[in-house]
Amino acid sequence: MFRDAALVAGKDLRIEWRSRVTTNQVAPFAVLVLILFAFALDPDRGVLQRATAGLFWIAILFSALLAVQRAFALEAADGNRDGLRLSGLRPAGIFLGKAGAVALELAALEVLLGIGVVVLYNTTWSGWLLLITTSMVATIGLAAAGTLYGVLAAGLRVRETLLPLLLLPVVAPVLLGATQAFEAALDQSASNGWSWVVLLSSFAVIYVAFGILAFGSLLEES
Amino acid sequence: MNAWGYVTVGYVLVFVVLFAYAVHVLVKGRTLSKQVPPENRRWM
Amino acid sequence: MIESEGMVPAHTGSRATRLLGLATLAGIAIVLVLALAVTGPDAVQGDAARLIYLHVPVAVSMNVGFGLCTLGSVMWLWKKSRWWDTVAVSAAEVGLVFTGLTLVTGMVWGRPTWGVYWTWDARLTTFSLLFLLYLGYLVVRHLPADVEVRNRRSAYVALLAFVDVPIVYMSVSWWRGLHQTATLSLSSTISGLMLFTLVLAIAVSLMGFLWLLIHRFRVAWLEDEVETAGLDLAINERRAEAAVMEVSTP
Repeated sequence: MFRDAALVAGKDLRIEWRSRVTTNQVAPFAVLVLILFAFALDPDRGVLQRATAGLFWIAILFSALLAVQRAFALEAADGNRDGLRLSGLRPAGIFLGKAGAVALELAALEVLLGIGVVVLYNTTWSGWLLLITTSMVATIGLAAAGTLYGVLAAGLRVRETLLPLLLLPVVAPVLLGATQAFEAALDQSASNGWSWVVLLSSFAVIYVAFGILAFGSLLEES
Repeated sequence: MNAWGYVTVGYVLVFVVLFAYAVHVLVKGRTLSKQVPPENRRWM
Repeated sequence: MIESEGMVPAHTGSRATRLLGLATLAGIAIVLVLALAVTGPDAVQGDAARLIYLHVPVAVSMNVGFGLCTLGSVMWLWKKSRWWDTVAVSAAEVGLVFTGLTLVTGMVWGRPTWGVYWTWDARLTTFSLLFLLYLGYLVVRHLPADVEVRNRRSAYVALLAFVDVPIVYMSVSWWRGLHQTATLSLSSTISGLMLFTLVLAIAVSLMGFLWLLIHRFRVAWLEDEVETAGLDLAINERRAEAAVMEVSTP
């Protein structure tokens, strides 16, 4: 299963490397979201600094939508999904591979936005261990849930509008948890960041497990 | 608006919505029933 | 539940639903009298607290609906039973209506009590996400597809939503637990006549929910029948065409 996952992830990442869609389109979009927040909220009154955690994760959430759409748009051409189904790869492996590729792309975006936020919002990052752990578990959860809904929406003509409607309510707790943990790391809140990490981990575990069990079935139908 | 105003709005809204929905379901039931032969209309 | 021997009526009613419906209406009348006239106002919230006899019952029915939808989806995935799948979609739709009502009554109650329409407390926030999750389920459900595909897809959507709800609830209550927030509940402990009225209102709400569910179930059953009949008709027409062509082209 993990070999299959590595195969699929490698394929997705290699396609990404050659086509540069994430770097050329999704990353600028993410930065653009940060910039638009600055337009919407007065940059001079410290709102951006205080709200950094939330704005960061919203930008990541929207970018995740694009990354997931992209991951399945790759398979839309030339009966690729049929190819995947017939390839003999274990579906759980395909799931882990696709989710893994999405997660890595999101991780790269998080680094980029982490820098963006320092530059654009004047934030100073602190609490590195908490920040990194939170990012890891939140990203895994986002990627897993995104891949599940992505495959569900994959074959449908309405997938661009359906995916946000399905995915965003489900990952709302990830947004909440990640923001709270980040705020705790930035010393902006009194809450215990690590309990949020536990919540985010539960989310990730549940959706990864679900994906391993159900992805095959969903792939058949798409 | 005083408290009773809100109470009235709440109760009226709930019952109007439920009544309207019930009517909608019943009317749909009648229209569809006519299109389906009697032996297929119910699950048992 | 068939009216008379051999005669299935051209509507979704039956003796059982008629009885249930009448009982529900009677129950509603009693609850209204109790809630609006006989019980006194709450010590702190005043008469606005009478909205509890609306808000809590519809919320309970909403949760039952969600539970049934999830149960129906699980049973369908397990047994491939059409009956259970029809339960799932009917419960989802009726549940969606009740969820909307829960949110609205919450707002109508919140305004005179707390001065705001919305307090971001754990329950109401979870319910608003529940509304969106239900909505997503119904959207996926109505996408054109083979019956089997449609049922399986929506079953998974229901399950994915179901596992999310406790996480949402826990996260929001931790989040709001950091602040002293307004929650929709009575300021005094509820007892005596008020408790009785509330429990009765919940029972009546569940009866009404069941009545709507049965009718919606029958409508959903009919919808599937019409759909399959339409498909069969189209297939037979194609076969007839093919037969004619075979005869005319030697």
